[in-house]
Amino acid sequence: MEDEAFTDINGKSISLDCQSHSSLCSEFIVSVPKVSIGKVMVYTCCVWLLAYAVFFFTENTAVLSSAIFITLVGMMLHIHFVKVDHESLLVIGSLGIQVSSSYASGRETTTFIEMSKIKDIVINEAIYMHQIIYYLCVLLKEPSDPNAVSSVVPLFQSSKPRLNCLVKVYKSCQEIISKC
Amino acid sequence: MVLKIFFPQCCNRADSGLLVGRWISSQDSAVVLAVIHYPFIPGHVKQYIQQVSAEQTSVSAQVCIRDTFSPRLCLSCIVMTFESQKEQEEEEEEKVIFVHYEQRKVMLSQLHPIENGVPDPITAPLSELRQMFQTVANSQPLFFLDRYDDGPLKSTHWQTEGREASIIVELLKQACIPLCMLIGWLLSIWTWICNIRIFSLYPLRFLSSKLSTCVQLSYRTEYMRLLSSPKPAAGHTQFMRKANIVVSFLVDVALGMLLIWWLYRDNHITMLANTLVPAADHVAKELDELLQWLMGAPAGLKMNRALDQVLGRFFLYHIHLWISYIHLMSPFIEGILWYGGLSACLGLTFALSLLSDMVALLTFHIYCFYVYGARLYCLKIYGLSSLWRLFRGKKWNVLRQRVDSCSYDMDQLFIGTLLFTVLLFLLPTTALYYLVFTLLRLLVVLFQGVLHLSVDFINSFPLFAMSLRITRPYRLAEGVKFRVLCEEPGTALHLLMEINPLKCSAVVQTYRTPTYSCYPKDSWAALVKKLFVGELIYPWRHKTTKTD
Repeated sequence: MEDEAFTDINGKSISLDCQSHSSLCSEFIVSVPKVSIGKVMVYTCCVWLLAYAVFFFTENTAVLSSAIFITLVGMMLHIHFVKVDHESLLVIGSLGIQVSSSYASGRETTTFIEMSKIKDIVINEAIYMHQIIYYLCVLLKEPSDPNAVSSVVPLFQSSKPRLNCLVKVYKSCQEIISKC
Repeated sequence: MVLKIFFPQCCNRADSGLLVGRWISSQDSAVVLAVIHYPFIPGHVKQYIQQVSAEQTSVSAQVCIRDTFSPRLCLSCIVMTFESQKEQEEEEEEKVIFVHYEQRKVMLSQLHPIENGVPDPITAPLSELRQMFQTVANSQPLFFLDRYDDGPLKSTHWQTEGREASIIVELLKQACIPLCMLIGWLLSIWTWICNIRIFSLYPLRFLSSKLSTCVQLSYRTEYMRLLSSPKPAAGHTQFMRKANIVVSFLVDVALGMLLIWWLYRDNHITMLANTLVPAADHVAKELDELLQWLMGAPAGLKMNRALDQVLGRFFLYHIHLWISYIHLMSPFIEGILWYGGLSACLGLTFALSLLSDMVALLTFHIYCFYVYGARLYCLKIYGLSSLWRLFRGKKWNVLRQRVDSCSYDMDQLFIGTLLFTVLLFLLPTTALYYLVFTLLRLLVVLFQGVLHLSVDFINSFPLFAMSLRITRPYRLAEGVKFRVLCEEPGTALHLLMEINPLKCSAVVQTYRTPTYSCYPKDSWAALVKKLFVGELIYPWRHKTTKTD
């Protein structure tokens, strides 16, 4: 279990957890910092102040109750659908790769890609506005032509770690994949 | 060389015995299906396995009895002795992966995307997971032996504690055949009625293709025909399609009954009938006022007096005719509503289609106005564009489909310019009438569109598949999930395989019943262009029903 100070492409600190279950299987978990209570309070206060200002002019209490309702529903939707808590990559030699992201409300979405469909795991460069960012991705084989790449599945899309973190994950993955 | 063993969770605590399963040589994996306990007679085991594999059609099984386990076997089925897990692991520790799976769930689940037909094993080999799922699903005869059987063999698998069955499913299976026969008989009577000669005359045929109630009836008949065949469903897709049709039909009828219950109590029908004629009167009065406004100076624009009066009087006469028609019909409206409401017992979709047809009939005059206005406007626009070309000394070359220059005679130019100015100055009047009636027509089309969309939704939404996804999510599998079970160094890797259920949006997409859905024929840009030029728009196009 290792835990160095990694950052994502925007400079926010993230943490990487590598677990090697056996020589055939290892798991990499990238955790993003949680929702900060300060930000939540600032947003809530802004929305409610605005609602109170509107109420002051219109004298309609429905504005206040709808503001409360909207804040609550918005927060619930945010933690259930938007805020990612950690993303993990489980590599099992000769079986496949499992990519899962877990949200702040506890919901987990998982995808498993079989080894027969995987061509390789690589680090790709992408130009995004004024930056060049690196991302780890899985190249999938075309069923009819084994040399062609049918699609690219990017990994760690919400946490977006930097190159040093990606290189670590890449090296361990290649060790396992090249063995079988 | 990594060996993968798929081991059922129910056999974890079984006593020692022979493992029966299938060896998938292309993937170096073995799927264990059951454990046969000591004491047994090898002859009996061989006989039993041959008997079981003879009934399977897709999984071939050959028996081989070995004392030690070796991964280099190339037979398609192995039977190996299995004293204890530890002993085996000491032989090849880092090269074995144990995947624990829950046998009942894997047997009942269907992996998506569904591959119909038999794929060619050379060009498109089945993936490992698919082969594993198919092995378990096809091994049903192996799971019939439970521990209360007095046979020579004792085995452990998911049905060891007793065979699982559901009374409701068995009752439904028994009730299926007489129900299918009843539906078939009713359908034959209905088809005989439909094929009576008098209904094949041209006007009735055209009318029945335009009325949405008749379209809905024919759609329902077709799907009832699909249901009435007594053969059981061939394959998962067919079964889900039939189940979805049955469930949506039942829900439709239930909603229709609810509507009938609401409509026929407390004199709702009389209330509706009493508000209908005054509402129609009110609409006619509003249209009247609108036309009077257009005939004056609408929004400060100055209209061409003569044309204005002609068009305005023409439309006013139409409205007068329509109002007298409504007043003629008013004593019968309550009766029509009463009998029309009964159609809801066939289903809510029929009530909605009937409503849509009634709205279309009642607003027929708006449709007429729209057509007149559009045709007039369209003619004017074409005339204007052609005369504008003449004004500039150009001509449309039909052969080359382009604009060419042309030298006109003096009198041609004179007449052309005169006509051009006349048409140009009459343009605002026609354009205004066209705009007003197009907006009215679009309003009616919008309302009808909402009704058609809801009918389409009730028809095509796969309720059975969605409820299966919610109550038994393992039945519809998108893939699998793995979880690492134990991490002691020196032992083999143990993983737990769980089923990853299909996403709800994918369920709707895969199992949607194809309907005659109305969808917009043109994109927004094309629609706006057509409106601008004055072409008649038919915004909804009926797709013909696709039959699989």
